[in-house]
Amino acid sequence: MKQFDYVRPATVAEAVAAAAQPGTMYLAAGTNLLDLMKGNVSRPDRLVDVTHLDGLDRIERLADGSLRIGALVSNADLAHDVEFAKAYPVVAEALLSGASAQLRNAATVGGNLLQRTRCAYFYDTASRCNKREAGSGCDAREGENRAHAVLGWSESCIATHPSDFCVPLVALDAVVEIEGRGGRREIALDDLHRLPANTPERESALEPGDLIVGVRLPAAAPGFAAHARYLKVRERTSYAFAIVSAAAALRIENGKVAEARLALGGVAAKPWRARAAEDVLRGVAPTVDAFQEAAWRALVDAKPSGDNAYKIELARRIVVRALTLAAAGTPARIPALPASPFASSGAIHV
Amino acid sequence: MSELNLTSAPAHLRHGSSIGQPLTRRDGVLKVKGQATYAADNHPPGMLFAVMAVSSIARGRVTSLDIAAAKRHPGVVDVMTPDHKPQLAVDPEIKTNPFVFRMEVLQSSEVRYANQPIAVVIAETLEAATEGAVLLAPRYETLPALVGLDAGESFVPPVVGVGNPAENHRGDVEAGLARADKQIDAIYETPPQYHNAMEPHAIVAHWDGDHLSVDMPTQGLMLSLGRIAELFGIAPDKIHIRSPFLGGGFGSKGLMSGPPTLGIMAAKLVGKPVKLVLRREQMYGPVGHRAPTRQRLRIGADAEGRLTALDHHARTVSSMFDDFYEPAADASHTLYAAPAIRTSHDAVRVNTGTPLFMRAPGEATGSIALESAIDEMAWACGMDPVAFRLQNYAEVEPITGKPFSSKALRACYDQGAERFGWAKRSLEPRQMRDDSGHLVGWGMGTATFPALMFQAEARAAIRRDGTGSMEIGAHDMGQGAWTALAQIAADAVGLDIDRVTFKAGTSDLPDAGIAGGSAHTATAGAAIHSAGAAVIAKLADLATNDERSPLFGAGNAGVIARDGRLIRRDDGSRSETYTEILARAGVAEVEAHGTGAPNPAAMDEYAMHAHGAVFAEVKVDPELGQVRVTRMVGAFAAGRIVNPHLVKSQLFGGMIWGMSFALHEEAITDRRSGRIMNANLGEYHIPVNADVPPLDVITVEEHDPHVNALGIKGVGEIGITGSAGAVANAVWHATGVRVRRFPIRIEELLTGV
Amino acid sequence: MNHSISLTVNGARRDFVLDDPRVTLLDLLRERLHLTGTKKGCDRGQCGACTILVDGKRINSCLALAISHDGADILTIEGVARGDQLHPVQAAFIAHDGFQCGFCTPGQIMSAIGMMNEAQAGNDPERIRECMSGNLCRCGAYAGIVDAVLEAQAGADESNQRRSA
Repeated sequence: MKQFDYVRPATVAEAVAAAAQPGTMYLAAGTNLLDLMKGNVSRPDRLVDVTHLDGLDRIERLADGSLRIGALVSNADLAHDVEFAKAYPVVAEALLSGASAQLRNAATVGGNLLQRTRCAYFYDTASRCNKREAGSGCDAREGENRAHAVLGWSESCIATHPSDFCVPLVALDAVVEIEGRGGRREIALDDLHRLPANTPERESALEPGDLIVGVRLPAAAPGFAAHARYLKVRERTSYAFAIVSAAAALRIENGKVAEARLALGGVAAKPWRARAAEDVLRGVAPTVDAFQEAAWRALVDAKPSGDNAYKIELARRIVVRALTLAAAGTPARIPALPASPFASSGAIHV
Repeated sequence: MSELNLTSAPAHLRHGSSIGQPLTRRDGVLKVKGQATYAADNHPPGMLFAVMAVSSIARGRVTSLDIAAAKRHPGVVDVMTPDHKPQLAVDPEIKTNPFVFRMEVLQSSEVRYANQPIAVVIAETLEAATEGAVLLAPRYETLPALVGLDAGESFVPPVVGVGNPAENHRGDVEAGLARADKQIDAIYETPPQYHNAMEPHAIVAHWDGDHLSVDMPTQGLMLSLGRIAELFGIAPDKIHIRSPFLGGGFGSKGLMSGPPTLGIMAAKLVGKPVKLVLRREQMYGPVGHRAPTRQRLRIGADAEGRLTALDHHARTVSSMFDDFYEPAADASHTLYAAPAIRTSHDAVRVNTGTPLFMRAPGEATGSIALESAIDEMAWACGMDPVAFRLQNYAEVEPITGKPFSSKALRACYDQGAERFGWAKRSLEPRQMRDDSGHLVGWGMGTATFPALMFQAEARAAIRRDGTGSMEIGAHDMGQGAWTALAQIAADAVGLDIDRVTFKAGTSDLPDAGIAGGSAHTATAGAAIHSAGAAVIAKLADLATNDERSPLFGAGNAGVIARDGRLIRRDDGSRSETYTEILARAGVAEVEAHGTGAPNPAAMDEYAMHAHGAVFAEVKVDPELGQVRVTRMVGAFAAGRIVNPHLVKSQLFGGMIWGMSFALHEEAITDRRSGRIMNANLGEYHIPVNADVPPLDVITVEEHDPHVNALGIKGVGEIGITGSAGAVANAVWHATGVRVRRFPIRIEELLTGV
Repeated sequence: MNHSISLTVNGARRDFVLDDPRVTLLDLLRERLHLTGTKKGCDRGQCGACTILVDGKRINSCLALAISHDGADILTIEGVARGDQLHPVQAAFIAHDGFQCGFCTPGQIMSAIGMMNEAQAGNDPERIRECMSGNLCRCGAYAGIVDAVLEAQAGADESNQRRSA
């Protein structure tokens, strides 16, 4: 790990000022950043430790019915907050399907949003990677790429965004609150992460010095609580990143879908909101036929970026299943195996 | 620290004999309190930290290292390179015996595989040494890397595994295939796998003049001692190795490899104690792995489902500079009674670290292919997989025609199937579902592993205070040597286990051989047993030749030792305590040595193997293709069970490895660079707790009078064999999709389900 | 640049001058305080061998900078037993053979204690398996680990009941 200066500001304003210097990065829990620093993928000169800042570790219901989650709330504290899990079960299920209990205890909400890709060529500093080093090339494109993107990728980069948490958040229209040199501003989470195009090194809409201070879920989000599931296919039962995942949330009125929300994980450089699929479902009965139509719409633009054509079909099937599970109703308690296809299992019939 | 403060609390009741009792681990308290000292836990005064820089290319040459940059980093003391290192007494490329692992210890700038050590940075802190290694920023002259099973011209290796012929046959395979009613001709592929013991390879080396003190996990204290002595040109008695605990070995700590040697060199270079610990990613190269294989099985069967021929060919790889060939096809030698069997191997050389024995080397890779193929043939014959295996049950070892020293495999099939509920299985695949709609599959496989013996010595003593001691340089890598061997020792000297001081784990003790081949308990146990018998014989001589003893005239063979007494065999009322015998003789203690070794006559006459049958249940999501193992039952016959508590754990562990082989483990090599792209524990998947279902192990009673004096066959590796195939066969039974490339991936099931 | 920090480690306050901000909690414990019970298996948050409790919560100490945890209350495997009196989780690990080589064991035990504090898994084996999945065991002692946790949990439930009765 490169030597760095360590700064511990007392206020958000001090933090933003301290981060103005080039080569500076914010340090929250460090569960991703320290890993990247140990792998020499990130080599900051200066860390601004925001973990001691006051007021960013609260979950607050605001007057307009929205919910503000401080950027320093841990993944575990959020998922285990009883009121939160009741109102936003799909978010809690996604959180609990990610990483391990130890990592969830440390990792913060703000940090989770800014997780870097798990692309092995990004992590391997001897490989060419346009994301790590602009213009160097992409060794993943012709490499070992069965887990890579099928949506929104470019010849410059086929990496995916690894977060589970962001997938239901983007489905529920979450908003990110940012403190920057120009003061506070907010953007839709859907606009935070960028698709690679020719500049995969620019992963987000954040400007130098910007600090995420909170995430807001709008007042409408709890309206989906009765029919919302996160589903994640992975190569181990737990403690593995998604090959493909989906967050599905429905508002069902009089036997018809009044409103649908759908987002996919593991398929693109950002959590992938499938608005065209949502449109298909509005006003129709929640049937498998409708869900299949939605799945087809959600993946209509998908194309393999390597040995990963199967992910397109898998994503379609996950969409159908996630919508089916959502339509069946949110379970009273998050399953023992969150987001797993094996969340429920039963007696065997020969 | 060869003598540990061991306790058996909470102890279980015993009934006269220690062997066979389910004692809890005697090192358990140390381990649960964090007080068990692994190599990297040592800190001699003045110790420095060494960190290896490793190659990021797989083939070529290092052209420059920025040594100045590394040295400018505060705390960096020195940088060891090919141009700046202590000289070794022998060329590390020379194989002075078959157990020499050729190693990279900075003998040149040539690079032969990715993650090869190319320099060592020594610093006052770990942080400085780690960053110093990065600052070396090596430059290379890169040559195209040879990667994969088709990388070059294939050749037939002189031997496979440890000294097995590459080709073997009995009967006429082509004729057998020609007369078969059913034929299977299938190709199975297994990936490179890495041992990934939880404890990274580590060494703390400390030179004091020409004396060398080493803390290092090793599965072979004496092999390591001999190799260090040879490399550094010092007498073995000037070297002291401590290896009281290994944080897992699985074969990767069996032979002295490059990294610990570099630690010793670094300590010599700087004249201070040095600790060198591999980073996890550095374990994917210089410390061995299981080579990939591509296996073709051709099997013929007649109309009654009797095998007519079995032809098993395996392609594997070795490194550019050393030879270890995964003996996968040899798995077909012992299990099924085909009148004609042929096994063969060939190999190509690639830019990889040299493969090495990894838990069930050859047996694991061969077993998953063989058990899959046998399952395919059972289905082709329309037979239940167990019935098919019974139809082809080998009454003698097929490849040699020798009788088995013992073989309770039928009982394993019966008891395992009964416990599992196998009778309810549908013959056809894709017939079973659970309430949630998941496909359910039941599969099974036969397990087998040779009952091996190596060479070991032990030293026993009985003291006048009525206690005993047993000394042997044995290794506990988790299998439970501190407990199981102490149990054997207690019985050997006729004392309660708590009255026997058991010393192990250091190089100044008698040679216990290597902890490998599932043979350590048998080999070290035999030595302990014989040392115990010898020391009891000395004690008996003292008593039976002394007129004052109630045992006078009984003759050496006329007494037995139990509970600290010698007792007349023909008259249990006449006995004497050890204390009484030694006190009267005026002797402080009696001491004797014993050895454990294979019995060539028995080996000539008998085929010696442990056996088992493993049954697995999987559930597969019918649309998403995700697989979960939900139940496993293994029934194993492995001779005498020294400690059922620990044996169960060993067998569970093996079964989990088998499941991992079928579903999880795979090192992914970039075809162009030869670099391993998942050299970590995040993306190289081994099972986590949630992957592991309720497991059930049955140990089937088996008495084997031939394998060794104690009748022990060993249980360390057999659990993998059979299990991997059972899981793979269960996936087929659930889905109807036969996947022949392991691990089974979701995409292969998606198209089928 | 030197940084003064203060930690409570296994109940005792420790003040240090940290000469290097790169030092992780894991390396601080192992290489500077010589509390080597906490193990380094991967150093990247992928194995759980380094699990400790920080302010009562289990975390991977390899991915935590010591300097950032100024003022934290740390519990390691060395601080779990009371002298010769093992913690119930420790005793249960021995009784159920929840380990073989023992290298992952301190992390498993700290994780189990942390999990019981979290009170999310209760006595449901499936939830325990999921909640213990951040601790790899290469020997494959998972069955014993789950049985050990179940026994320790049952003991804790019983003593809670006694207390509330």
